[in-house]
Amino acid sequence: MNWKRALLTDSGGFQMSPLLHLADITEEGVTFQSPVDGKPMLLTPEESIHIQNNIGADIIMALDDVVKTTITGPRIEEAMYRTLRWIDRCIAAHKKPDVQNLFGIVQGGLDPVLRDICVKGLVERNLPGYAIGGLAGGEDKDSFWRVVAQCTAGLPENKPRYVMGVGYPLDIVVCSALGADMYDCVYPTRTARFGTALVPEGVLKLKQNAMATDERPIDPTCSCMVCKKYTRAYLHCLVTKDAMGSQLLSYHNLSFMMRLSRDLHMSILEGRFPEFVRGFLRVQFPKGDVPQWVRNAMEVAGIDISECCASTKCLTPSIDEQPPLPIPVEANGGVPN
Amino acid sequence: MRFAVTKVCGGGGKARVGALHIGGGGIAIETPALLLSTRKGLPSFVSCDHLASLPLPDSLLLHVCPTHFMEGPPLKTISNIGGLHHMLGLPDHILVAAAGDSIESLPSSEATNKFGASFDTPSGRRLVKPSDYMELVSCMKPNLWASLADEVPAWVTDKRNKISVDRTLRWLDACIALDADSGTNGFGVIVGGSSVEQRRLCATEVSKRNVSGFWIGGFGLGENIEDRCSLLNAVTDCLPPEKPRLVSRLGLPEEVLEGVAAGIDLFDSTYIYQLTMGGFALIFPIDMVEREIQNGTFNNDGGDSTKINLRASTYRKDTSRLVDSCNCFTCQNHTRAYLNHLLNVHEMLAQILLEIHNTHHYLHFFRSIREAIKVGKFDLFRQQFVKKRRASITAAVL
Repeated sequence: MNWKRALLTDSGGFQMSPLLHLADITEEGVTFQSPVDGKPMLLTPEESIHIQNNIGADIIMALDDVVKTTITGPRIEEAMYRTLRWIDRCIAAHKKPDVQNLFGIVQGGLDPVLRDICVKGLVERNLPGYAIGGLAGGEDKDSFWRVVAQCTAGLPENKPRYVMGVGYPLDIVVCSALGADMYDCVYPTRTARFGTALVPEGVLKLKQNAMATDERPIDPTCSCMVCKKYTRAYLHCLVTKDAMGSQLLSYHNLSFMMRLSRDLHMSILEGRFPEFVRGFLRVQFPKGDVPQWVRNAMEVAGIDISECCASTKCLTPSIDEQPPLPIPVEANGGVPN
Repeated sequence: MRFAVTKVCGGGGKARVGALHIGGGGIAIETPALLLSTRKGLPSFVSCDHLASLPLPDSLLLHVCPTHFMEGPPLKTISNIGGLHHMLGLPDHILVAAAGDSIESLPSSEATNKFGASFDTPSGRRLVKPSDYMELVSCMKPNLWASLADEVPAWVTDKRNKISVDRTLRWLDACIALDADSGTNGFGVIVGGSSVEQRRLCATEVSKRNVSGFWIGGFGLGENIEDRCSLLNAVTDCLPPEKPRLVSRLGLPEEVLEGVAAGIDLFDSTYIYQLTMGGFALIFPIDMVEREIQNGTFNNDGGDSTKINLRASTYRKDTSRLVDSCNCFTCQNHTRAYLNHLLNVHEMLAQILLEIHNTHHYLHFFRSIREAIKVGKFDLFRQQFVKKRRASITAAVL
């Protein structure tokens, strides 16, 4: 690739999910049908780490037993315990621990008890970093943020926390407020290919008829190459029809995400993170209709966003109305009084 | 626009080097030169940041099809933005507008009528009248434009062919009349199909008009390759030498060489795009032929093919560059194996990297042509090139 900057590889586990209906997950590994020639293939923790060792990325991911959050029942518990057993196999198979950082992945579905066991189990292994997995699969947002909050509370302060598969700018801001550090998502480039640009207000659908005569750039506040050179009107005629449209929009969307990361980072460094969050929410929700899950999450994160929210009713919900918040679990396993 | 022939290949040959002064910056483009093909004004895959690193000033010449914009943006919007150069973000480029191309705006002569020329586009068949066309041109403000023509394939009847010549001349006059600058940036299109007589007639008539150059159309539409040479020469013989001549749709290396030999200065072709879409990379050694000409020696141990197909499994583990001596971004940064991988996993980066390399390589081919003419060795250059190509193709087959 001739890529001189940092690289992270996934285990291959998630990429198999679409093929899981053809798969057999056992203690040994995941057997699935190769999309190339239909032959059965087995991906074991050892094989995954071996491949990742060869690719040589700076951060590599353990093979975990991934289950969709929309599933309930004993399968989730089985997957969580298996993930812990597999992390040991990954650690044993890892040939380059001094140059490649193996991250473990916290599983456990939406069950706080299972998540807690998994967090503790991984922390015991003293890994260079930790991912919060099994989310970003269609679960409701209110459950999603609670799992993230519980995990960030239980994971070590001095190691990176990587929320896999996240995501939308709003989700990234919320998770960052809850103490997460790293994210990955296909969203910016995928949505670009469908003609949608990311802007501070949310999204701009360039295929809409109104865009055909709009002579403004995608985002007047953006200084990327695309916003400096092209109008919405011209991009409107390119998107979804020409390769160049996909390229230019992907370029802008990635610039947007990088700007968001930089802004989050600088605002924390400069001690004005809550202000940044308020500014972000104000632009995304000018009518003050900040979703309830965001309000709940920010409360737990300790960020006051009352001035961004329209109805005062939601500011301080009564105990009866408030949904149960997760009990924070300390690193040593104790529960504060 | 100003054009001047600076050197004619001696020995009775018609190949010539010229200088085209055009654009705001007063840039001089040396001819024979290639117009890069575009889709809606931009290259298919090379974004502006990489376009800037292609050979200059050669890569400033772009062929733009006004008919690509018939589905939008609206003319008023294009005008408001300030014309094509502003809309495309290419203020320094030289944009040459002509109605048809070989990919997205194909002349559909059977639907063309006395009112306008018909084109098959991705959004269906469109009839373009001279007035529509000139309205597009006046909003877009390209540096140069070709008149609207009735291009017909080689197999039409003599009657239809004659009609195409009449219409093309009528539409040329209409375009000039509708042009704010009375045709000073206009190229007159010459048609005539496979009839030498019609070609000569059309060429002579167009020469009488106040145009700044000639756009030779109607080739690459099914004519006999053997006939093409005589048709092309019949046309150029009728044209004044001091104005530039462009031929459309002749883009293969041999076709370019044939065109240059007939006195053509500019070529508009989609060859690079076709190569790129096929997963091909040009590798014919240009420098070697140049060096050989300078040394006076001619190396005939063959085996240099002209292009490779990166989809072939032979390249799966080939960690060499496309072309060792090439300075393009692709060759400086990536290997054949990587391109093979990108093609296998259907990544757009493959087309981007290939278009960069192929454009770079082909523009250098044109540079070599100009060098050969300047040192008076064009005919030799052409002979050697064709011989090497045939030898390697034969070797590949055997």
